[in-house]
Amino acid sequence: MQEFLELLNGIRPDVDFENTKNLVSGGILKSFDIIQIVGMIDDEYDVKVPVAELKPENFDSAQALFEMIERLDD
Amino acid sequence: MYKNIMQYFENTAEKYPDKIVFGSNDAEITYKNFIEYARKIASVLIRSGLTKKNVAVFVDKSVNCLLGMFSSAYANACYTVIDVESPTERINTIIDTLNPACIITDSKNKDVCLAKTGRTTLIIEDMLKEDADDTLLAEVMRKQCDTDPLYVLFTSGSTGVPKGSVICHRSVIDYALTICKTFDINSDTVWGSQTPFYFSMSILDIFSTIVSGATFYIIPKICFIFPLSLIEFLDKNKINSIYWVPTALNIVADFDTFGTAKPKYLKNILFAGESMPVKQLNYWREHLPEALYANLYGPTEITDTCTYYIVDREFSPSDSLPIGVAFDNCDVLVIDEENNCLVEDTVSEGVLYVRGSFLGLGYYNNPEKTAEAFVQNPLNKMYPEVLYRTGDIVSYNDKGELLFKGRKDHQIKHMGHRIELGEIETGASAIDNVDRVCCLYDNVNSEIVLFYTGSAEEKTVRKSMKAYVPSYMVPQKCIKLSAMPINMNGKIDRIKLGNDYLK
Repeated sequence: MQEFLELLNGIRPDVDFENTKNLVSGGILKSFDIIQIVGMIDDEYDVKVPVAELKPENFDSAQALFEMIERLDD
Repeated sequence: MYKNIMQYFENTAEKYPDKIVFGSNDAEITYKNFIEYARKIASVLIRSGLTKKNVAVFVDKSVNCLLGMFSSAYANACYTVIDVESPTERINTIIDTLNPACIITDSKNKDVCLAKTGRTTLIIEDMLKEDADDTLLAEVMRKQCDTDPLYVLFTSGSTGVPKGSVICHRSVIDYALTICKTFDINSDTVWGSQTPFYFSMSILDIFSTIVSGATFYIIPKICFIFPLSLIEFLDKNKINSIYWVPTALNIVADFDTFGTAKPKYLKNILFAGESMPVKQLNYWREHLPEALYANLYGPTEITDTCTYYIVDREFSPSDSLPIGVAFDNCDVLVIDEENNCLVEDTVSEGVLYVRGSFLGLGYYNNPEKTAEAFVQNPLNKMYPEVLYRTGDIVSYNDKGELLFKGRKDHQIKHMGHRIELGEIETGASAIDNVDRVCCLYDNVNSEIVLFYTGSAEEKTVRKSMKAYVPSYMVPQKCIKLSAMPINMNGKIDRIKLGNDYLK
């Protein structure tokens, strides 16, 4: 999880990924950030995020993202 | 022909009073009501002495923003839509250049407006409480000329100061009517808008709507982050026409959105703002083969676009899509370095110049930049005739269609945004412990790369950029160098940096 937080910080160094729970609902992440995060998840975890998983709930916090990756990895 | 865009709007409202003109997730308004509200606000603006003055519209992308814009048009004032999310410093550079006589905002945006501009404002909800004054409105209309400025729209400036293109009523009227004719935009058209109102692309769908009786919906930003919600929105509102930047079309394609859901009503798929990659275009064409696809091209300085190409054949991923031919009542000239005008059957390249009523009046409060770009037609020695010099290099293909080849300077297109690399460099230079800067664009990875010398950390530089430039100009990579390579002229060797670091 720590490694994941660092990867996220590489994309948006100005965001507190550890504590923020409204990354999408609060308008913090922009569309380019989502594209980069999805790309990073593919590169680092070898997981391709299908369009059906592209939902605000999955991207609102680092925790939700990590849980999605684990779910898709099965 | 009418002389104020509002006369067209009124004419359309008389034909379709109860039809929705503008809508979003939060609000919807009919033609009749919109005109009524715009007349009330315009009356306040006229009484406040704002006719023939500049006004800033500080409202996020919404029906209220459109109300601010059209009320200004009714009062024959000249509006500028401000990007409310832009950093304070950039907003104030624009406001200092424009020196607007007032700022129009609404209750939702007024606190941010005060925080970022420090100026007093006129608030839409308050202005709606006043009565419209038909006599005042008629008097303003009587004195209007179609060459009066309708808006000033700012684009990235290479020295860090954005340039404001001034566009008059006549250009917008001409452009809107030409678009309707070229693409058969009419009262059955339903637009789904993606581009911000401070970008020139928004001119096409907004103004073609009001002259034809179409309906215009604002697509929520979140739809371009989560593509399934986009399809839902398009279908819910029966959207049949779109005019987006290729980046937005690419998002849909890259996530194989159509594998899950396809929009039911789309007929017109227009795009502009940057090169449309053929791979993603072919994805769309494969899934929506019945739609019309058109590539449009043009700079903000000539209202929106000057050429178009309706896709009429197959392209492979290594091809580049033509930018096509000039619109009706618009002319383009390709002029090479010896001032020869290239015609359609020549093979060489030249710079593209634009001629005709789409041309803007120049840059606001910037005679130097205006003189550089708005020049006398070199082929006409007999009377003043202004051409706009785009700075784009083009050539003709064997079908007489224009192809975009590149630029000679440091202007780039990134995610559909026109950006002067110099503006990013100016912002970076302002950061503490940054000495020399050089910004390049990595075309292969679509990334803005900033090289710098100084003691600042790369992460800090990247974070700090947000205070100086809009988010779409923040570099994806900041690379600290121990020294900048210098070329023979004593300038930073951009070519060497590109060769060493970008492959």
